[in-house]
Amino acid sequence: MTPLVQIRETIANAGLQQAIYASTGRLMDKRRHAVAPEVFPDYQELRSQANLLKRHTLEHLDFYLEQFENNVAARGGKVIWCRTPGEVADFILGLAREREARLVVKSKSMTTEELHLNERLEQHGLEAVETDLGEYIIQLAGQRPYHIVAPALHMTRYDVADLFTGKLRIEKETAPEKQTLIARGVLRQKFLSADIGISGANFLVADSGAVVLVENEGNARLTTSAPPIHIAVAGIEKMIPRAQDLAVFLRLLGSSATGQALTVYTSFLAGPRRPLELDGPDEFYVVLLDGGRTRLLADAERRQSLFCIRCGACLNHCPVYRKIGGHNYPWVYSGPIGAIITPQFHGIDRDPWLPYASSLCGACAEVCPVKIDIPKLLLDLRADVTTRTRRGLAERFAFRMYAWLATSPALFGFAGRVAALLAPSNTWIKRLPWFLNVGPVAKWISQRDLPPPPAKSFRRLWKERKRHAA
Amino acid sequence: MPREEMLANIRAALGCASRATATAPPVYLRGSRIPRGERIAVFFDCIQRLSGKTHRASSPSDACAYVAAVLEGRTAVASNAALLDECGITRLPRVASGVYERPRLRELCASSDAGITSADFALADTGSLVMISSPREARMISLLPPLHLAVVSEQSILSGLDELFETLPHPAGQSSSMVLITGPSRTADIEQILVRGVHGPGEIHVVVV
Ligand code: SF4
Repeated sequence: MTPLVQIRETIANAGLQQAIYASTGRLMDKRRHAVAPEVFPDYQELRSQANLLKRHTLEHLDFYLEQFENNVAARGGKVIWCRTPGEVADFILGLAREREARLVVKSKSMTTEELHLNERLEQHGLEAVETDLGEYIIQLAGQRPYHIVAPALHMTRYDVADLFTGKLRIEKETAPEKQTLIARGVLRQKFLSADIGISGANFLVADSGAVVLVENEGNARLTTSAPPIHIAVAGIEKMIPRAQDLAVFLRLLGSSATGQALTVYTSFLAGPRRPLELDGPDEFYVVLLDGGRTRLLADAERRQSLFCIRCGACLNHCPVYRKIGGHNYPWVYSGPIGAIITPQFHGIDRDPWLPYASSLCGACAEVCPVKIDIPKLLLDLRADVTTRTRRGLAERFAFRMYAWLATSPALFGFAGRVAALLAPSNTWIKRLPWFLNVGPVAKWISQRDLPPPPAKSFRRLWKERKRHAA
Repeated sequence: MPREEMLANIRAALGCASRATATAPPVYLRGSRIPRGERIAVFFDCIQRLSGKTHRASSPSDACAYVAAVLEGRTAVASNAALLDECGITRLPRVASGVYERPRLRELCASSDAGITSADFALADTGSLVMISSPREARMISLLPPLHLAVVSEQSILSGLDELFETLPHPAGQSSSMVLITGPSRTADIEQILVRGVHGPGEIHVVVV
């Protein structure tokens, strides 16, 4: 079942449409300026490098995971291996119980969304607080992130004002500066009294045993430095071989996500506080989550879905995301990247409509900083859907006819000429005779039109041109 | 054991056995090379565009005077970096310094109006400060107070990220934490409207000596 009703609601909600359109538009503009050749001359070279590095790392993932583990251990940290999201939550709960923790602060992490960690922690009497401003708003509203980079992208300052008034029992405040200050005050207290800080990871660095976090607010720095325990939760695909490779990835991530050469804070964290250091956590854990990722490794082509560095650019540029927004995608990850990884993580049967939620315009592939060929993967997944479900007789017959026609040059040319004669107007498809305008055909043609066939076909022009040349 | 199972699954998916090495593609470091003489200008320009303030000090005492003027008598906590002491900043009134006791340091960071640090490096083409955690530099001084003042020496300015990773290929060998700070703390989470000073300092001043 497609969530058509919700999608219709989103599209009918003018305020929401405006919010999504404006915010993604601004993010598009910022990116465009940041990757312009005069600002970022080796942008295309870095994209190729990033693609190469990710490809190599995944091909040798077992090696790099072990190297990473050794290096984390050498710095006094510990790596926890988890096959499922449930195992991650179990580990965190177990540790919290052992250390008698009460308050957990979290910095933005899409991976922990996969485990519904906050719910799990709260069920066990722990307070879990999101500290990224957008995530904090979303948590108060009881929602899930709308966008990988901008979690509260769909909310206006007036929505935030109502939310703060209701949840924090304060007077209505609609200025974002003031709202930010309010959140700062509430969260500062949480940071200073938290027992555990949980972060995600933008990168795991194999040769250093380090977790790299990029952010603008400072909440990730606080989460990883103020509480006595830091736990980083990361998908196994976040690995990169060397610290030096960050010179490639950091530039790409900042400019693609928010149009910044570098985000305000980039933290490179390796192990707990060292003996003479003045602050930092006493315990350092990195939780490595599989959660369906290994399944994608088996196919060399589809493996590239794991290259993603979660910059969000493909969402901002996607005409479908910009219409239906983030909450109509069935899982944590929305937009084009969500459309390719959700079915691969969970199996295609759960949401077979997802690979079709794309116009295949190719904008996502064009802006992807690690060059994931998203349209190609969408097509592959569509092929999965069609080979799994048995198509109706008529449909199979139609496609067999088309295949017969399209694989015979003479027949194809002939059919083209006939079509040009029979269908001179550009709305001909909407004016099909009534006996054809039924059932699924009716639905199909209500949304589509074909341009009128040209007077001279491409094949004809090509032949003429060759004749002239000769 | 999840560990063995995960590794076995990965190897099965990749169709390989356990291996002792992997030959990664060559390191790609070849960013801009800014001549030494031009670095301050580029660095300052980047910081100003991020709405940070800059000052080029003619002498250590000039740096101290600038810091004093910015503080205007507000409270501050200074790191144990030698440069701050050389400039006399640690002897300014209402500036706490030489704090090695951890709970007290944290309290000071949480209550002071300003944090004063040096930086291990600065990156000209992004306007970044590179802060490596050590007994000289705590993580919190550049993070908790609403105002961050950084005093760096001219020699520590590198061209950019590429040169940093050339100079420092293994940051983890030195410290548990290396942080690049590029401008004041900010957010655009509400309607993509820029607001400065979310969890970290909303105001940043960089002095080059
Ligand atoms: S698929 Fe590419 S463009 Fe989309 S979020 Fe991932 S890295 Fe960014």
